[in-house]
Amino acid sequence: MRLEQIYQEVILDHYKHPHHRGLREPFAAEVHHVNPTCGDEVTLRIALSDDGETVTDISYDGQGCSISQASTSVLTDQVIGQTVGDALKTVAAFSEMVSSRGKVDGDEDVLGDGIAFAGVAKYPARVKCALLGWTAFKAALAQSSASDTALAQSSASDTALAQARGSNDSSVEETR
Amino acid sequence: MTAASTSALDLGAIRADFPILNRVMRGGKQLAYLDSGATSQKPLAVLDAERDFLLTSNGAVHRGAHQLMEEATDAYEQGRADIAAFVGADADELVFTKNATEAVNLVAYALADRRFDRVVGPGDVIVTTELEHHANLVPWQELALRTGATLKWYGVTDDGRIDVDSLVLDERVKIVAFSHHSNVTGAVAPVGELVSRAREVGALVLLDACQSVPHQPVDLHGLDVDFAAFSGHKMLGPTGIGVLYGKRALLDAMPPFLTGGSMIETVTMEATTFAPAPARFEAGTPMTSQVVGLGAAARYLDALGMTAVEAHERELVAAALAGLSGVDGVRIIGPLSMADRGSPVSFVVDGVHAHDVGQVLDDDGVAVRVGHHCAWPLHRRFGIAATARASFAVYNTLDEVDRLVAGVRHAVEFFGS
Repeated sequence: MRLEQIYQEVILDHYKHPHHRGLREPFAAEVHHVNPTCGDEVTLRIALSDDGETVTDISYDGQGCSISQASTSVLTDQVIGQTVGDALKTVAAFSEMVSSRGKVDGDEDVLGDGIAFAGVAKYPARVKCALLGWTAFKAALAQSSASDTALAQSSASDTALAQARGSNDSSVEETR
Repeated sequence: MTAASTSALDLGAIRADFPILNRVMRGGKQLAYLDSGATSQKPLAVLDAERDFLLTSNGAVHRGAHQLMEEATDAYEQGRADIAAFVGADADELVFTKNATEAVNLVAYALADRRFDRVVGPGDVIVTTELEHHANLVPWQELALRTGATLKWYGVTDDGRIDVDSLVLDERVKIVAFSHHSNVTGAVAPVGELVSRAREVGALVLLDACQSVPHQPVDLHGLDVDFAAFSGHKMLGPTGIGVLYGKRALLDAMPPFLTGGSMIETVTMEATTFAPAPARFEAGTPMTSQVVGLGAAARYLDALGMTAVEAHERELVAAALAGLSGVDGVRIIGPLSMADRGSPVSFVVDGVHAHDVGQVLDDDGVAVRVGHHCAWPLHRRFGIAATARASFAVYNTLDEVDRLVAGVRHAVEFFGS
């Protein structure tokens, strides 16, 4: 049964009992991302430590399929508490696995429950679902950095942030 | 496979014309293709017509004087004549475009051109409806932006029909554009009523016939619309071709949309005069083999008989409505009765997102569309982000409807447990 490959138990658990859901204050940046092919959407906020180095919270609200909702829940588990640089590395690893068409298994030490989404990679139509929250997070980081040029200029994660800012994943653009 | 069908069609013979229907999909089950509203499958007759044309008669139409050019031109114009006859129009009233979307845009651009005596300007009103496919909404939004006109729309009733009493037209209305069959709810529009209301205020009417032409007899002259648009690939024909129908007098009065070769009469460095319609609207080398294929599709459907096609599909839709209504948690978005009801059956399942319903169905070999089906405002009207949509064509069977219903039950069990 292939359904269990894509809908692993851990994904269904995150879907039915999402972690860190809801929008919270304070936040450094808020983004609203939409998957234009299906209308799924997420509003996502990030909070950073005073020095701007650490992701202290990710809060979100939205509607979408089990894959998009569960993957956003996993994102918060993995990334809250990480430095900005490590968070971007986690995002990159998840993106690589989910976009690999099943060629990359993913490292559980980096992705935690995220490795359950390796099965999703075999279904190209669902990759955008899995990345919805993660791409929103990257955009929120870029936005917070853009609003704080001092951080952008001094941060050790300049390069990673620039990449985040430069990324232009059309799957989550609000308009076509 | 064709068990219990009362239709006059030989489903076994029809399905043999569509080899793709025999595919075994990645879940190990035979394909049940219930996404013909997005694009239909193509019968061998269409593929053979294109191949035969390309193998024997391919040449540039309406250019030069060699034998292949003459044969290609004949094939192209025969296609136009056959397609026109299929929809109750005259051949010179059909313009070939790359798709139905371009056909709507062609009219929208002509209506912004001051050379056209029906040009739209500030203070004028453009009317569409809340259930339209984006292709029959966005071009009108853009026309309003370009001209300073105002866009208004008919609302939608709770059962997914155009609410004809939700808007009163007046003399400012220049065009009324609406879908013959909703591509989401399956509601069939009261064309006569909407046309007569438009006529009372002197407005033009454009009919989006993409979802009706493949599924029921359509007589464009009888419907008395000014323009109609439909696509080739939804009516068993090729992709890359759509059709604009326009009343002859209107096409004659309209300025061109795309310009270049083939659409001219005389050209100097200073100015150009244009060919008569429909050539005026077919700039550049046309999509020849696609027209040949689409002509074959029209002949194929005509040979089956559109009355029989419609009766068969009604049987499928009625079975789908009855079957899905019997699944706890399923809500149909659209009319529940068969009165003025066409093919697409869209639905939501409590607690299971449409994408997930579609994924479970895919595992069962059942192909449906999930999402907003390019009708986002309609989904907003119902307060939902996405639906699952089963849409039928002449080659579908009651057995496939049963597999749809069983697959939806499967989804409810899988995600409900």
